[in-house]
This record gives sequence, C-alpha cells and structure tokens, in this order.
Amino acid sequence: MENQKRVKELAEKYGAENVIVVLGGAEAEAAGLAAETVTAGDPTYAGPLAGVSLGLKVYHAVEPEFKESVDPEVYDEQIGMMEMVLDVDSIVEEVKNMREQYSKY
Amino acid sequence: MSNAVIKCASYILVHAPDMVIHNGSTQTTEKLLNPNSEYLKNIRSSLRSYEEAINYLPNQVYIGNKTPEDLKLTPQPWVDKPVLNSSRYGKFGEIMPEDEFIGLMKIVDVFDLVKLSKEFTSSIKEKLLNHDLINNELVSRLKDGEDLGDVEKLINEQDAEPLYFDNNLVGCVKRAHDIDPNLSAHVIFENLVSKASGVLAALHLIKRANIDPNEIEYVIECSEEACGDMNQRGGGNFAKAIAEFAGLINATGSDVRGFCAAPTHAIISAASLVKAKTFKNVLVVSGGSTAKLGMNGKDHVKKGLPILEDVIGGFAVLVSENDGISPIIRNDLVGRHTVGTGSSPQAVITSLVTAPLDRGNLKITDIDKYSVEMQNPDITKPAGAGDVPNANYKMIAALGVKRGELDRTQINEFIDKHGMEGWAPTQGHIPSGVPYVGFAIDDIMSGNVNKVMIVGKGSLFLGRMTNLFDGVSVVIEKNDGKKEENKGISEEQIRNFVAEAMRDFAAHLLEE
Repeated sequence: MENQKRVKELAEKYGAENVIVVLGGAEAEAAGLAAETVTAGDPTYAGPLAGVSLGLKVYHAVEPEFKESVDPEVYDEQIGMMEMVLDVDSIVEEVKNMREQYSKY
Repeated sequence: MSNAVIKCASYILVHAPDMVIHNGSTQTTEKLLNPNSEYLKNIRSSLRSYEEAINYLPNQVYIGNKTPEDLKLTPQPWVDKPVLNSSRYGKFGEIMPEDEFIGLMKIVDVFDLVKLSKEFTSSIKEKLLNHDLINNELVSRLKDGEDLGDVEKLINEQDAEPLYFDNNLVGCVKRAHDIDPNLSAHVIFENLVSKASGVLAALHLIKRANIDPNEIEYVIECSEEACGDMNQRGGGNFAKAIAEFAGLINATGSDVRGFCAAPTHAIISAASLVKAKTFKNVLVVSGGSTAKLGMNGKDHVKKGLPILEDVIGGFAVLVSENDGISPIIRNDLVGRHTVGTGSSPQAVITSLVTAPLDRGNLKITDIDKYSVEMQNPDITKPAGAGDVPNANYKMIAALGVKRGELDRTQINEFIDKHGMEGWAPTQGHIPSGVPYVGFAIDDIMSGNVNKVMIVGKGSLFLGRMTNLFDGVSVVIEKNDGKKEENKGISEEQIRNFVAEAMRDFAAHLLEE
C-alpha cells in the first residue's frame, strides 16, 4: 500500500513518462500483480492505485532489457545468484505480458 | 576458554481457534473494515478442531513425535494427510488446548487482570490438576472465578478484552490503566499470552533437561512483544516474569528483540555469556503471539483450506558450560548482516552463510544441515509466499555454485541433503532458525550430523525505524569431548614446586 502511494506520488511529481519501475519480486504471480498495479491499476482494488491506470514502464530485474542496460559486474554481484534461483522465464513472461498490454510509454 | 554447549530444547504449541477469530490481526482488521464480510460470517467452519490440530503432521514434528525426515517422506501438502491418533505430548513438549491455556494465562497473571467465570474455572481446574508440570500451588492461583455477569460488565463498561472458548464467553482480560494505551486490555492480553506460552516452554525445558531450576542464573527472552507503560513502552522484562513462574529463583534476565532474528541473537548472546564465565546456565525462551493467528486466513479459506495458522508457538533452549558431551556453539563462527552489507539476496546470504564459513575454512557443503526460516509451506504456499525454507536453500546452493563449491546440476541434490522441509507455524520468531535445535542436539549426539548452521533473519523495517533488514547465524557442532583444561595452577602444584626448589637448594648447599 505504502509502495503504491509512493509510485503514484513519484509519477505525479516527475511525469509518468519519466518513471520506470524495476521490480524484484521472487514469484511470477506476485511480479505480474505488481506490474499490473503500476500499469493498469491495482487489481485488488485495495490501494491508492485502485482504478488508476498509470501505464508506467515496468521491468523485472531479471529481464534482459534491464540486464543489458547495467554494468555486468554489478549485475553479477547483486543479481547473479538470484538469477539461478528464480524461475526467470515465467517472471519475464508475466511482467512482459502486463507491460505490453498496459504500458503507455 | 571453552565454548558453551546447547544442552536441551523444548517446543510447545497452543491450539487457539477462538483467539484466531477475536485476536488475530487479519480478523480484527476485517471486523473494522468489512464487518459483514463472507469471510467473517463463515470463519468458524474453517477452523480446525483440537484433534485435527494434534493430528497435523507439521505440529507433530514441532513437538518431536515426528521428525523432519518423516516430513520429507510425506509429499506436500500435509493438511490432507492427518497422523491419526497422535499424542498431545511429544518428547520436546506439548500441544495445549485453548481452555487450559486460558487457565494458564490466569495462573501467570499477578495483577488480577484475568477474570474467568466460575463454571469455566472449575472445569479447567480439574484438567490443569492433571497436568504434570503445573503444580497444585500454581493451580490454586485460579481461585474460584467470577459471576459471568460481572465479566460481561467489565467487557461492556471498561473495555475488557473478552476470552472465548468453543464460541462461549468464559472470561476477560481487564485493562491495567484507565487511559494508558500501553496497559490497555488488548496489550495486556497479548503480553499475558506471550508470558504464559513462554512459561509453558520453560517448564517443559526444565523437566526435559533434568536440571535443578536453582542452577539457571540468567534468562534471555526473545519474543516480538513489548511490555511497559506509557512512560516506557518496551520497558520489559518478560524474561524475569517468565523465570518467576518457572521457579528459577536464582535467575534474573533480560529481553532481546530483533523481530524474527531475535532467537538466534539470543542464542549467540547466551553462548557468549557462558563462554565468558559470566553465567553457567542461561535459558533462552520465548512465547508466541496471537496477532499472527490466521494471518493468511483469507487466502486459506479462498483455496478451500482450513485456517492453518491456529496455533501459538513457544520454545526454550538451555545454553550451559561445556559438559564434554552436548553440541558446542561455535561463537567464533557467527555470521551477521551488518549495516553495510546491503540488501541484495546475494549479499545477505554471503554475510550470513559464507562469511562465517570462510573464517573457519569451511565449505558450504561442510555444514550438514542448515536451519533457516522453517516456515511450514502448507501455510505459506497458498498465501503466495512460496516454500520459504526451500527458497533459502536454493539461495545457499546458488551461492555455492558461484563460489565453485557446487556444480549447477547439484543444486537439487544439495537441497535434498543439507535442507529440510519447514514445519513451524508462521509466528515470526518461532520458525526462525530455532525449530531444528532440538533435533540438531539428537542428530549430533547420535552421530548422524556433525555441523549445523542456525540462521535467523528479521524484517526490521516493519518497525519503521530503519529500512534495514537483519540476520545472524551461528554454527553448532559435535563436542570433541575435551572439556576445558584447567590452565591455572592448583595449591598442590605450588607446594610441589616449592618443595622441589627447596630440595634443589638443599642439594646445592650440600654440594658446597
């Protein structure tokens, strides 16, 4: 809830087109839910983004788009281990699906 | 200096379905926000009976009648695979029914804040008289009880917290001050639950360890509650309050806090106090919490499951000076997540697991068993939180791969060999690292296991004082049987030295 509020405030302050949300959720379902929340709006209708479609750009930290745009050494140090642990394919699929459907930028 | 040993551990559960409804924060929040929700209307039909809670395999593992190996041999989920005719008592402790526990809350209440009806009092008096560990003097503290009308009056007119058993009002917890929010009936209730469940764990430990209670010199309590008044909200101290009812008349103590990581912090502190010879026997103890009852209840009900978070947990661990037999606590092999560690999972696991291993020239595979957050996946998976212990083991294995100690294809094999399924209720500190300590003592003593690592992690950010997370770990290993050598010199040795010097001197004189 607190995160939804912060995302909403940041998007209002800097303009939705200037905000990228990077997710770190460990499960595909949870990551997809978070991606949906910052694009189409909170599907559970519980937080400040209920009915608010920000359409932000959203990527998960294990997605190739993110990986390619950061220092490989830092990536390996911070995320390399988790890349082995997580079900990367299904996370990528969920988040990409939400981004392609609802992201406006 | 000789390292401290882990002598004994006890584990208790309290089946508390009425407290799920009336005191679990998910349910009390729902009552405020959606008082007419379907969830609340039908909640009673989703609660398990006492027998069902007893026959639940993870609960039987918790109290030691079943083992982590039994759990591994039974495919998940376990909720539909009851262990019929299971026992209330296990080698580590027991699963107490809610009515007896309410009686125990009254017994440990020294400010006359718990009021129980006459009828209920007489019914539990009989049951508690039959309890091995609750002596007649303790039972006499129940007195005769109150008229139910007086209890209702306290609830209706003075904000007392009602106590229910089997859906019937049986008593209440009074507020301890008219306006002090830290002494409200709600806070006193939660604190008495924590105290009573801690006392029960301590009583089981003393019996199991077969130790004279007078020999315990210090108690470290490590729950997640805070007791105090409006001038010192977390003043404390549960430790001494529990020690008093466990009959530890030579003990004082203090409370250690750190969210779910607190038990591991407490064990490390206890080991250091013993190693430094400050105290010979230190009891680490904690009761459980009612706020977390039914925390994921909505998800469980949505998936057609009973509400599985229906037990309050408690445990106690005895840390003592080296007896040459019990497993050693290696407080030179302690891992800690520091302020500078950072929050990436990789940094966390490095600081907690591999940093202490490197100090001891050990590899990830040199630890036979890792006891991480041993949350029961039956509870967490339907709530979308996955299999927590398994996720931890995957991370440890992945770090092993990165360090070249394991091949990528060996991850599952590593988890199978060095990991365990989770069996502890999601009571925060209760599943964190400590659930395996009891089995670890047995496994190490029987030679099945040499080294284990206890890992505790805590979500400090929930308290809003820091964004940081926390964790500590410690290695426990087989005792090599060498007790501390006495480095000092005895009086007899001094006499021998003097006599020898005199003889030398005399011989010298004679020669001259």
